[in-house]
Amino acid sequence: MRRDSSWSEATLIAFLLLGGAAAADEPPPALRQRELRHLLDHDCGSCHGLTRRGGLGPALSASALADRDDDFLIDTILFGRRGTPMPPWATELSRVDARFLVEMLRGR
Amino acid sequence: MKRRTLIAGALGAPLVAGRAVASPPADALRGTGDLALVIERAAGRALVFETTTPAMLHRVDGLGDMSHASAVFSRDARYAFVFGRDGGLSKIDLLRGTLVARVVQSGNSIGGAISQDGRVVAVSNYDPGGVRLFDAATLAPLGDIPAIGADGTRSKVVGLVDAADGLLCFALYDAGEIWTADIADPRAPKVMRYRDVGRLPYDGIATPDGRFYVAALFGEDGVALLDLWSPERGVRRILDGYGRGEEPLPVYKMPHLEGWASVGPYGFLPAVGRHEILVVSLEAWREVDRIAVHGQPVFAIARPDGRQVWVNFAHPHNDVVQVIDVPSRRIVATLRPGRAVLHMEFAPRGEQVWLSVRDADRIDVYDPRRLERLTSLPAEKPSGIFFTARAGRVGY
Repeated sequence: MRRDSSWSEATLIAFLLLGGAAAADEPPPALRQRELRHLLDHDCGSCHGLTRRGGLGPALSASALADRDDDFLIDTILFGRRGTPMPPWATELSRVDARFLVEMLRGR
Repeated sequence: MKRRTLIAGALGAPLVAGRAVASPPADALRGTGDLALVIERAAGRALVFETTTPAMLHRVDGLGDMSHASAVFSRDARYAFVFGRDGGLSKIDLLRGTLVARVVQSGNSIGGAISQDGRVVAVSNYDPGGVRLFDAATLAPLGDIPAIGADGTRSKVVGLVDAADGLLCFALYDAGEIWTADIADPRAPKVMRYRDVGRLPYDGIATPDGRFYVAALFGEDGVALLDLWSPERGVRRILDGYGRGEEPLPVYKMPHLEGWASVGPYGFLPAVGRHEILVVSLEAWREVDRIAVHGQPVFAIARPDGRQVWVNFAHPHNDVVQVIDVPSRRIVATLRPGRAVLHMEFAPRGEQVWLSVRDADRIDVYDPRRLERLTSLPAEKPSGIFFTARAGRVGY
């Protein structure tokens, strides 16, 4: 039982790594993109401003984020920032979703 | 007589049918006591409703970035002052439905207050951090209170309210301070500073009598309390450690203290990072109970008679509103009006409560006694709802 479980975990991890790597290059489907745009405007916007000029949270304009690399921003979205109100979104956003949000923030 | 009425109705019908709004003749006299202002956050617009029919009277455009917008009213409830996120301060004539004055007074702001005497409008700013004072008649600038904390750096200002003795009270988010300002002479405000009140105060409110100023902390479990009857005693910390040292849950939208109306001797306060409402004794300033709710509470708003408290929630639970029965402290209703219920406002006598349902583009009007929806009114991405009854209340 224990052995089966380890084996399936290893398989799962391999699957996620391979699948995750492949999927990360693909943007989310169109419907998901619309949901993410809505989330960015309204839910991220409740702290960072509807126009991303900042609020209780910092500004998220393309120029304000210019010196931050993509992985830092993706990790911030997924895992939050300790000691600040920025919460972790990993419970409802995938890395693909977070990457798409970063692309939108950068205006690409 | 009846026949005449019918003819008048028939003649009037085509005119009325062609309009998007139920607007009375321009020269008809009316009061403002039953009006409501609703913010359409994405459109940069405010709607004026009369809440008796209810029906929309006016649309007022050109207000700028209305995310997190709020409003206060002139003491005669003729005018609304709307605070936009982009630093815009707009004065709206509620009877004519027109924008009568507007200034963009900072880069980034977060609400404001009107002075006890109604002469000064104050705006709390994030950037540059501080409070600016304006003439309520003309919006001409009068004074400026830069929020420079003990460490010498500028701080975002939150929780700006008017309180007893004509004071303004506000909190410095970054510096962890509470300040009061006597603005009897708005060109030379007299400021009192209370340092080290706690980490990251994120909102503040006056009790309904204006005696106490309460600032809630994000950076630690606790609340800072200032008794304006004895300011020399300084700020007290209350409710310390209400999270019992447990890891807080993520907060997807910051709670608000507005509407933390006292219900008899108790206040109902959204906990931060916990799916609970804290019940606080307003005499002992101690927690007396806590009520488990559906998600991270954002607003906890008391029905004017104090029988119920209505609670809405942060993302991803913001499609739900729960109603707490105050005597039993039990949840008696879990309503699902639609996605993103952002704000709730009771009519001053409590016979109706308005909910803004952002993603449904709708205001829902509920009967709080029967817990039934009475009607819905269209509004584009509505957020804040402000009834003119606020005009006569301290702290609003």
